[in-house]
Order: sequence, then C-alpha cells, then structure tokens
Amino acid sequence: MDYGFTTAAYVVAAVLFILSLGGLSNQESAKRAVWYGIAGMGLAVFATLIGPGSGLWLLSILLIAGGGIIGTYVAKKVQMTEMPQLVAAMHSLVGLAAVFVGFIAHFEIGNVAAAVAAGSTEDLGTFAKLIAKKTPAEISFLRVELFLGIFIGAITFTGSVIAFGKLAGKVTSAATKLPGGHMLNAGAAGLSFLCLIWYFSSGGFLPLFLMTLAALFIGYHLIMGIGGADMPVVVSMLNSYSGWAAAAIGFSLGNDLLIVVGALVGSSGAILSYIMCKAMNRSFVSVILGGFGGTTGPAMEVEGEQIAIDADGVATALDEADSVIIIPGYGMAVAQAQQNVAELTRRLRAKGKDVRFAIHPVAGRLPGHMNVLLAEAKVPYDIVLEMDEINEDFPETDVAIVIGSNDIVNPAAQEDPNSPIAGMPVLECWKAKQVFVSKRGQGTGYSGIENPLFFKENTRMFYGDAKASLDTLLGLVQ
Amino acid sequence: MKIGTPKETFAGENRVAMTPDSAKQLQKLGYDCAIEAGAGAAAGFSDAAYEAAGVEIIKTPAALWKACDIVAKVRQPDATELKRLTKGKTLISFFNPAGNEEGMELAKSKGANVIAMEMVPRISRAQKMDALSSMANIAGYRAVIEAGNNFGRFFTGQITAAGKVPPAKVLVVGAGVAGLAAIGTSTSLGAVTYAFDVRPEVAEQVESMGAEFVYLDFEEEQQDGAATGGYASVSSPEFREAQLAKFRELAPEMDIVITTALIPNREAPELWTEDMVAAMKPGSVIVDLAAEKGGNCKLTVADEKIVTENGVTIIGYTDFPSRMAAQSSSLYATNIRHMMTDLTPEKDGQVNHNMEDDVIRGATVAFEGEITFPPPPPKVQAIAAKPKEVVPELTPEEKRAKEIEAFKAQTKSQVTMLAGGGALLLLVGLFAPVSFMQHFIVFALACFVGFQVIWNVAHSLHTPLMAVTNAISSIIILGALMQIGSGSFLVILLAALSVFMAGINIFGGFLVTRRMLAMFQKS
Repeated sequence: MDYGFTTAAYVVAAVLFILSLGGLSNQESAKRAVWYGIAGMGLAVFATLIGPGSGLWLLSILLIAGGGIIGTYVAKKVQMTEMPQLVAAMHSLVGLAAVFVGFIAHFEIGNVAAAVAAGSTEDLGTFAKLIAKKTPAEISFLRVELFLGIFIGAITFTGSVIAFGKLAGKVTSAATKLPGGHMLNAGAAGLSFLCLIWYFSSGGFLPLFLMTLAALFIGYHLIMGIGGADMPVVVSMLNSYSGWAAAAIGFSLGNDLLIVVGALVGSSGAILSYIMCKAMNRSFVSVILGGFGGTTGPAMEVEGEQIAIDADGVATALDEADSVIIIPGYGMAVAQAQQNVAELTRRLRAKGKDVRFAIHPVAGRLPGHMNVLLAEAKVPYDIVLEMDEINEDFPETDVAIVIGSNDIVNPAAQEDPNSPIAGMPVLECWKAKQVFVSKRGQGTGYSGIENPLFFKENTRMFYGDAKASLDTLLGLVQ
Repeated sequence: MKIGTPKETFAGENRVAMTPDSAKQLQKLGYDCAIEAGAGAAAGFSDAAYEAAGVEIIKTPAALWKACDIVAKVRQPDATELKRLTKGKTLISFFNPAGNEEGMELAKSKGANVIAMEMVPRISRAQKMDALSSMANIAGYRAVIEAGNNFGRFFTGQITAAGKVPPAKVLVVGAGVAGLAAIGTSTSLGAVTYAFDVRPEVAEQVESMGAEFVYLDFEEEQQDGAATGGYASVSSPEFREAQLAKFRELAPEMDIVITTALIPNREAPELWTEDMVAAMKPGSVIVDLAAEKGGNCKLTVADEKIVTENGVTIIGYTDFPSRMAAQSSSLYATNIRHMMTDLTPEKDGQVNHNMEDDVIRGATVAFEGEITFPPPPPKVQAIAAKPKEVVPELTPEEKRAKEIEAFKAQTKSQVTMLAGGGALLLLVGLFAPVSFMQHFIVFALACFVGFQVIWNVAHSLHTPLMAVTNAISSIIILGALMQIGSGSFLVILLAALSVFMAGINIFGGFLVTRRMLAMFQKS
C-alpha cells in the first residue's frame, strides 16, 4: 500500500481519538466515545500493518491477539476497587514499550549507518530508509528525540511499577526515601544530562544505557518518596508521562499520529494532575517532592471530645432525616463497602428521602475513583455530585455521613490558618445538622493532622469497619 | 430509681411531663416510671396507655411524691408540692427562679435538688432539652392559628369565580423561636409575612423562612446576640424611636400582628402602641405572645381576648402550649427525657448530678441544701455567631478599575509567556532541521486540542478518561510494528515485546473503559 493511504488513515484515526476524548464530557456520549477510540486504534494498527515497511505481520497479529487475550482477561476480572492498580500497571507497559521502541530506533540508526557504508540501502525497512535519507544534523536531532523518549519511558516504567505496588499494597504506601533524598534524584538527572551530551556527539550505546539506568532509578526513587494519598496526582502524572514518551518516540520515528496521540494523552494527564493539586491546594512540585509543607505555627487547640454512637442511633437519625449527603473516601474502597452504601441509598430513597453523594476531587486513589465505585454499585450518577455543586447545600442537610474520608472533610483547612492543609478546599459537612463519621478508630488521616470535625458538637463517631458498620445499619433501616 | 409525674395543679394546665413514649425511653435508661392517675387525660394520654408502656399508676399526688426519687412536672410547683420534697429528691420542672425566691428557699430547707427547665443554657449541646424553645415553637404556631380563628378572611390570596381575595398581611415582631415558628406557619398558610427583630443577624433566618425582613433605616451597632446567649437585649431610645416609626408606617397595612418580643427577666417592651392599634383596619387581629410579661401592646389583657373600639381583636392568651397539650406534652416530655439522659451517663437508673457539667450546673437552682441560682456563666460560649467581617462594597468605578487592572495583568503575563515561548521556539528553529519543525507544528496543535478537549471532561469520568488515554497511548505499538520487519534479531525481539505489551494495553484499556462506562446509570 501507499504511504499516502497510511497517512490518510492516520488522519482519520487522530480525529477519532480526539472525538473519543471529547465524548467523555458526559456519561451518555462517553459510551459512544469509546467506540470512536476503538475504531481509531483499529484503523491505525490496520493501516500500519498493510502499510509500507512492515514485515512479519503474521507474527504481529499473533502477538497483538496474545496480548489482547491477556488484556481482555484482566479487564473482565479486575475489581473496581483495584482500578488504580490496573491503571498504574498499564502505564508501566506503555513506558516499557516506549523504552524498547527507543532502543530499536537506536539500533536501526546503527544498522543504517552500516548499510550505507556497505552501499546496500535497497533491502532496508521504511524507517531505515527514512533514516538513510537524513542529513547528519537530522540524525543528531533524532538521537535527542529518542533519548528523551527512552528517558521519559523509563521513568514512567519504574514509577508506574512502584505506584502499582503502593496501590496494590505490595509496597509500603508510606513515603520512603533513600539517604540523600532528592539529591539522589538530582544526581541521576544530572548524569542523564551528561549522557545526553555524550550520546549527542558520539551516538554510542553506552551513554544511552547509562541514562536508562539513571531514569529507571529516578522513577523508582521519586515515586517511593510519595505517600499513598497523593497517588491521584502520581497516577495522573505518570499518565501524562506515558503520553509525552509516545510523543517523543513519534518525533524520532517521524510519525505524526504518535505525536498527536502522545500530545493528547500528555495534556490530559497534565490537566488531571493540575486539578488534583488544586483540590489539595498544593503545588505540583510540593506533591512530587513528597511530604506536607511545614506548619507555620502551633495548630489550633481542638476542644471537645469524640462522641461515639451505635448503629441504633444512626438508624433513628436517618429515619428522621429528610436530606442525607454521603461523603465517601478511600476507606470505603478499602472496606469494599460501596455495595452496602448503595443499598443504604436505595432504601433511604425508597422512603422518599433526598440522598446525594458529595465527591471531593482527591477522594480515593485515582481521579474519579469514587464515581466509578458508586457506579459499579449502581448508584445513579445524577445524585453523585462534585464538591462545588454540593458544598452550599450542607446547611440545609439533616444528616451528613462521612465514610472513610478524613482530610477532605477537615474544617481545619478553613478555620486554622496554621494548619498544614490550610486553604485546601474541603467538603463543609460540619454545617449539616448532624454528621456521622464511619471510621475504624481514632487515628488521624494521611496528612497526620488532627481533624476537628470529629470533635464538633454535631458530630458522632460510628466506629468500626465501614462494611461491617453499614451491615448492622442496613439491618435497622428497612 | 423511680421517676414520677403528678397531675398539674395549675388551673387550666393541660400538659403533662411524661408521655407513654417518653416513659419507654426513660425505662431504657434504667428508671422505673410512675404517674398520677389521670395526669395525662387532658393531653389525650389515658392511664391505660401509660400502663401499656409499663408505667405504674399512683392514685394520689401525695403517694406519688412520696414514692418517687425524681419528680418531673411542667408548671412551677406550688407550696404544697414543694413541701412534699425531701432530702435527696430531685424535682425537674419550670421554676421561674428569678421570681420565685420563696420556692427556692423552701427547696433549700427541704434539701432537695431542683432543676429549672427554663435555666437550661442556650448552647448547641443543650438544645434537645431546651423546653423554652420547644414551648415557644408551639406558641408561635398556635398564635397564627388563633389569629386565623379570629380573622375574617383567607390567609392566602385567591382569584375565584366569586372574586379576587387579597392575601392577608402578617407582621411578626421578634424573630426568636416563637417568632420564627409563627413566620413559618403564616407563610405556609399563604399570607404575605413581614418580620422584624432588633438583632439584624436573624434577617437571614427570617428570609429563609420565606418572610420579608423589615429593615430599619438606622445606623447603630446592635449588640451581638451571641453575647447575651442568643437573646435580645434592651435597645437605645433612638433605636426604639426608629422602630416605632417603622411600625406606625406598617400598621394600617397589616391584617395580623403577632408580637413575641421578650427580654429575659424584664417587663415586655411596648412595641405596638395604642395609636398603632387605632390605625389598624377593623377586623385586624393582634396576638400578643408577651401578654404574661405585660404585653408588647398596652391594650392587651392577659388571658383574654378583647375587641377594641375600632374592631381590632387583641388576643392575650398566655396558655398557648397548654392549648395544644398533646403536642406540647410530647415535646416537653422529650426535653425531660434528654435531661435525664444527661443526668444518667451510665444508663443504670442512677442520677449522677454532675455539677461540673455546664448544662446541668446551669439548670440546677437548688442542690443539696444550697441555692445555686444564678449559675456562673457557662464555660462554652453560647452561639458561634462570629461577627461577620463586612467586606466593603466596591463602587462601580473601583470594580471597573480592578477589572481593568486584572485584565492588564493577564495580558501582560500572556504576552510575556508568548514572547518567551516564541523566542525559545525560534531559537530551536535556528538549529533544528526542517523535518523536526514540521512535526513540531503537529505536536503544538495537538497539545492545544488536548487541553481544550480535556477541560470539558466531566469530573466523574476521570477514571474512565485515564483508562482510555492509557489505551490510546498504546499507539506506540505503531512504532514497534513499523520496525518489527526490519533488522536484526535483537530489534525483532524488542519490537515483538513492545507489540505484545501494547496489545495487552489496547484491549485491557478499552474494555475496562467500556465496563466502567456501562455502569454509569441515570436514576
């Protein structure tokens, strides 16, 4: 087939990908949008397979099919609470693939140089032919591009593997750093930069390899230093990186579709990271460098005591309430309590009560994590609202139920200017007439900050595992 | 311990301090309950109902007072009742401690403990036992109903085949608990309701109930209600004049006026003067909820309904809660029950009269042979109504200037960024080969498209967004596919691995997205 046909197919695929992302603006059009994405991907792969320069297409199809079987199996099996891990794992694959493709490009450059020297350019592949036509200046630039591609890909790979480990609970979710802290990262980055200059001038394999090792280390060490609750930012960031890696590889291969899609994915991840950081009122850098900023003064004294309540009391209050807002957090995902929450919602709604959900942008471990869990449990999405949509409704609400969230409902963010989370937008659930907090024990949240909400006069603590407590509660709400 | 309720001795009092429902709750706290025969009859609770709830019926008041360790009643006890107290007994009732010196002396001499329900401090934690509020709520409601009963027209405006009916205009003076209840009732009956209060901070509450707050054209810092436990305080003569002038202006228009203005431990202020009454239309109704303390209108006769010469009905009943005895008994009994809950932290049927507790200390007027009235100020500040920092309203010019300034700053930062970015790009263009720049155009445009598209993605779909971007970032498979056919074994191996991994990603990513999106259901 012609090169023109392939390019045309790429244009169509690019349009389909853009439509596929644009369709996610609402739940209904999103269902159609996925098909655009699938069609775009199918078209792109098909056009490349029949396009010029590809060989071994039977092997390729077999490999895709093999990967497809695994992918399908995983997609069918995965629990919705495991979604963050899955996303992180998939990022690592993209990162690794980018590293490999970058290496291939490097080898090809070597092969082409050898072939040109031998004068036998006829039996080279498309990409190789493309390289063969390039001037030495272009070749040097190509090196920079693939160097960048491998660098970002390698960071994405180890970073995603660690993020996966943290999310799946296989690696400690606490922020841990090797002695030397960020100086090690800076050192590795500096080494990579030296390698870039070295590689730019020499084109040898050694600098490329050294840089890959350094980048792998940066990915590992950077993400190890970030705590579990900051994972929404990390996952979005890795998502963004996987896109930029694809774009960089696209530059080196001279493939516009790769560039377009890489840029789309890259900007998508960047925007998600930005939204998450904004929701925590922290700068991107401070999240990535890990840890919370220091306090600027003594924390406000928390007065009062935490008053416990049993399921009986909660059931009575729910029975008397007209409007209820439920605020789910990571604790709900951990306890796998979303089905119970949904059942409670159904029963309360059947009694004619107004039940809604308030979702903080950083609730859970993945942007939109809570929405997906609630959707899985068949909570209608039109009663699941964003923080900005619902925050003003708390004063008119009879009962607010906090399930497994802590920092995102911490009034200290507004009331205590010395608090490390001061200024972070929070759900103002304490303005509701009554607040019930379902929580395992008296500990603090991820940030380690005492939560004055638990000490408020209208707050009652409903201790215990979220799922078990809701089970007892369901027994009382008929 | 045994908790008992006698029949109210005050003439015309229908309420009772224990209902079958509250008795069940008290039993859960570990108490035995007893009631005087026929005590609940006037409020609609029969002896049989009490018996069914496990309450012991005691024939005579004397026997009841003797048998019980705790006596709960409604009205201030008379001397006979107080004489029945003995050491160690606890009495819970309205007591009017400020005007009941002899009562307290008597209780002190008997060595009994007395908890006065009107002395429950006004803090959030004690709201559930604030009997004044729950009774005031009923009074406010009933005031509107009584007014309606004596008012010859509809509350709500109607246009009927038989002609147009204008809506009644109701003015509620004093937006405390009773006032707010009256406002709520009146607006829900359809009347056009106005409300006034000396505390401007309640305007928001008034408006939330659907009434219009009557603002005075008067510049004075009113004392913050929070400082006086949420109650109104005495206002300055100038303020009073402005207020009366406003009322005079409103009087001819109003069909129903409900006055609820009370200042703790003082004579009710006169707010509705005789000339205002004279200015009102015949058939109008005034309900004076302050009648017991002399009335907000001097023409009011306590406990009576009078009609003035110009045909204005003035209702001065003081027993509104008693007129709705079933409702007020159940609320009052619940207040008592909450008080008992606080007195019985262990739920073991034993009173723990903890004088360290703000609420219990505040309400106790006699304790173990001592008069403990008046109480010290509570440790917890009453109402968290912090004075709002008033942001000075910007003039239009200032606003404009600010907007222009913001616009200029924005333009400046944008131009700087564009110039910087542009210069950088030009620099790259000087050295980079043409082929790179061609791709770079595509890249820059794609970034712009990406930003525009992604900002529109719904927050709730961020997880599917990540899954789908994940799937499409496997587009890197193209790079591997293009190279798999050419070159050495190492290239083929790496390319094959890449294709395989990207294959997992493509299928996994799209399928999981589809699975997630299929779950989003509309209700």
